[in-house]
Amino acid sequence: MITYYTEDHEWITVDGDMATIGITNHAAEQLGEVVFVELQGAGETFAKGDEIGVVESVKAASDIYAPVAGEIVEANEALVDTPAELNEDPEGTSWLYKIKVTASGELAELMDEDAYKALID
Amino acid sequence: MLKKTPLYDLHVELGAKLVPFAGWEMPVQYPAGIMAEHGACREGAALFDVSHMCQLTIAGSDPAAAMEALCPGGLITLKPGAARYTQLTTLKGGIYDDLIVTNAGDHLFVVVNASMAEQDLEIMRAGLPDHTVNPLTDRALLAVQGPRVGDIVAGIFPQAAALRFMQSQMVGATRLSRLGYTGEDGFEISVPIEDAETLARNLIDAGAEPAGLGARDTLRMEAGLPLYGNDIDQTTSPIEAGLGFSIPKRRREAADFPGADRIVAEASNGPGRSLVGLRPDGRAPARAGTEIAAPDGAVIGTVTSGGFSPTLQAPISLGYVPAEYAAPGTPLNFILRGKAAPARVVALPFVPHRYLR
Repeated sequence: MITYYTEDHEWITVDGDMATIGITNHAAEQLGEVVFVELQGAGETFAKGDEIGVVESVKAASDIYAPVAGEIVEANEALVDTPAELNEDPEGTSWLYKIKVTASGELAELMDEDAYKALID
Repeated sequence: MLKKTPLYDLHVELGAKLVPFAGWEMPVQYPAGIMAEHGACREGAALFDVSHMCQLTIAGSDPAAAMEALCPGGLITLKPGAARYTQLTTLKGGIYDDLIVTNAGDHLFVVVNASMAEQDLEIMRAGLPDHTVNPLTDRALLAVQGPRVGDIVAGIFPQAAALRFMQSQMVGATRLSRLGYTGEDGFEISVPIEDAETLARNLIDAGAEPAGLGARDTLRMEAGLPLYGNDIDQTTSPIEAGLGFSIPKRRREAADFPGADRIVAEASNGPGRSLVGLRPDGRAPARAGTEIAAPDGAVIGTVTSGGFSPTLQAPISLGYVPAEYAAPGTPLNFILRGKAAPARVVALPFVPHRYLR
């Protein structure tokens, strides 16, 4: 399993052609207390860069962009019911989607952990 | 170069997240977070640094009468030690800024928005050529707000106990004013810069939780209080904004303030549009700039402030809609990310005021 990062402060952990995506700890800290999460349903397909969800805190709204092209296998519906959980463990149990990656070549355009750490420092 | 308030070092020490605001580096929140800071104000006491706001004095012959030429508020009727909310109005009946004017005995004590201070000083100096308009650059302003502040502030300044809502008193070099912008009982304390940090620490030690601009915004939205630049500006009249309470009958009849034609006509006949409270059925907040549509789909207005209400645990918005859609209960839609989200007009404030009258 390898984890990549985007400039929009999302992470994607890839396991074969399946992947889990979410927002980074840094993104969650910057947003503050999350009060609203909107996610799309399983079966939706998307291209890299498409808006595939919305996360809003008390302070601000933030769109979720697809890090690579794919298809939604599962959305973390628990976050829709209790948005504050997103602040608990954004890089772990508070993932947003499990997806099937349909353009694995696009992963090479993303950052590794070191590059992302350099971005947010 | 951003300006720093006299409490800057304290904000850093307390772990505040600092952001640029109206030319100042201000705390948007502390480690407790906006929800907790908001809760402290509704349930206990919260301390806000509002030193970025411009404090000024107007001195000269009968300054209240002179200021009435620039504002629709009732100022000549203010007794010494009484404060009033009013606006600087434009010739077209819009609002240059909103402000609090206090009768300080032989002069007026005035507090205006940080972002509008330069403009306001120009307007007042031009409009009051025979008076001295003097910004107080040697003072900080602390707002301490919430149901527990009566005891907290009286513990430091016993004179505070005698003050009621919109009353103000000097205690030595410090001015205590029982008012604020959160909907709660509270004080704004104008204090010499050299005493500001000690006072802030004493208030915190007595139980006031430091709170930032984030909580200040959610608190004033819940209280239905308009924010200059968001909900009111040069295009909106005081009547449209629901501020008619601040224009007494004497001023309406005399119609002797800037923009009186429009403002008096709107006060008599009703405004064409009104600032209303809106609550969506769903959980998505509708923030400033969100379009408001009638049930038939026509866009009829725009959200001017919006977000999440920590007290109601639900989204709330303020926005202008035409008069025929302004009644509480009217069903409308927010256009959120291209889709209609059902909402309803509700009476303001969203959360009742609890001033000590």
